[in-house]
Amino acid sequence: MHPAPSVIFFSTFSGLGFGLLFFLGFGFPAVTGFTAFAFFAIAYVLAVGGLIASTFHLGHPERALKAFTQWRSSWLSREGWCAVAALLVMALYGAGLVFLEQRWTVLGIIGAFLSIGTVFTTAMIYGQLKTVPRWNTPLTPAYLLSISIAGGALMAGQITWAIALLVLAGAVQVITWTMGDNAFESAGTDLASATQLGNIGTVRSFEPPHTGTNYLLREFVYVIGRKHALKLRVIALGLMVVLPVLVLLLPFNHWLALVAVLSHVAGVLASRWLFFAQAEHVVGLYYGKR
Amino acid sequence: MTTLPETTHKKLGLVIDLDTCVGCHACVISCKGWNTENYGAPLSDQDPYGADPSGTFLNRVHSYEVQPAEGAAQLIHFPKSCLHCEDAPCVTVCPTGASYKRVEDGIVLVNESDCIGCGLCAWACPYGAREMDAEEKVMKKCTLCVDRIYNENIPEVDRVPSCVRTCPAGARHFGDLGDPDSAVSQLVAERGGMDLMPEQGTKPVNKYLPPRPKDALPEFDVLAPFLDPVIAEPKGFLGWLDKALEKL
Repeated sequence: MHPAPSVIFFSTFSGLGFGLLFFLGFGFPAVTGFTAFAFFAIAYVLAVGGLIASTFHLGHPERALKAFTQWRSSWLSREGWCAVAALLVMALYGAGLVFLEQRWTVLGIIGAFLSIGTVFTTAMIYGQLKTVPRWNTPLTPAYLLSISIAGGALMAGQITWAIALLVLAGAVQVITWTMGDNAFESAGTDLASATQLGNIGTVRSFEPPHTGTNYLLREFVYVIGRKHALKLRVIALGLMVVLPVLVLLLPFNHWLALVAVLSHVAGVLASRWLFFAQAEHVVGLYYGKR
Repeated sequence: MTTLPETTHKKLGLVIDLDTCVGCHACVISCKGWNTENYGAPLSDQDPYGADPSGTFLNRVHSYEVQPAEGAAQLIHFPKSCLHCEDAPCVTVCPTGASYKRVEDGIVLVNESDCIGCGLCAWACPYGAREMDAEEKVMKKCTLCVDRIYNENIPEVDRVPSCVRTCPAGARHFGDLGDPDSAVSQLVAERGGMDLMPEQGTKPVNKYLPPRPKDALPEFDVLAPFLDPVIAEPKGFLGWLDKALEKL
């Protein structure tokens, strides 16, 4: 799948922002007044910034409001509802903390679940696609949720939680990669099932429909950089989990915390790039490609 | 509405005969011609006369080489367009309701004025039947020429999809696959019509007819394989040449 920068930035930053809102909703850290304002501002910049980035890949962003209509069937529509609900509820909860020094606990918990629910709906957009076997597994929501929550703990300064959750996210990431590498073969879709010509003999793509490229090949058959996948996986895991955990194990210092956050974000960006670039769509089979 | 209808009484679709298709691409051209100037946004091309041409097509013809265990390879031309699936994954993922399956005849269509161009329907389609137009930024797909098949302003003979009307080999058939007595349903039953990627669970309406088995050369005499070849060793000039070359 084509790793569109808008979607990579969206899922990385909004995942981090909603992860932070998740912790703020439960009162970690228990901040009020100006400190609360700073935390909420960071969370909103990340979450809303991510959502705005996601509209850049739309052909007609001016019609985006129509995407709220089909929540009964479409995960993309549910994501829209969840995101707006989470941002509204958490804005109310945050206003109580910032301006009234009041903690509305129930509202915070509802907001926390709506925030993490938004990440889940995002994950289900990918997880539901039978056409991309690597994504079509419960590991996809596990992967996106574990990174979002770990990043949230890191941003919220919950060091003990952050270390545990980062290690957990790293484990989920490794399992997702390992299982994902066999997903296409075990899904059972190949050129023989695509053409139904397998009972005659071995099928090979002889000639594509056009000498040039097309939308399908650009969007679904992205092979650039796959040969560096292993190196990138090591880099992603090192920056996303290993370096932040090592830094967090040192005595606390605000500058070191910043290093941990920046390293984590860079690692998630690399991991998200691989999430798209390594995902193979079955339509590539018709072109004799993967 | 992007939820699918429970069932549709009529299931309009295509039956494509892989035995007959000669791979001339006339259906591709006629589809592009009709659909670029009729229903919906035109099908744009980018850099059409330049070094890197590409464009939007609703129908594309692939060619596959199939090598049997014994005998010569077969070349099979393979037209592919929207299969108007009964369980169309492209419809349910649409966040705006722009993609829908018609209750009255089962055609899967896009309401282009509602399409936000998110591309998710193309992601959900295993067949590559949907293409985002690079100029109009909306999703384009086969309409089964909905603006021809019910069009009383054109002669009755033309009220079939453009690709079917054009095919010089008669490899494309159009009809109601929901009616077991229709000509297309009978053709599918007789020839063993196939679903593409059945494991994807999309229940395509369009069917593909498999290539007929190739003839084998008849055996002239049961003893023929036991007879010696007529010329085992070359004689005369060729025999001399063969020996001379061996010695070199």
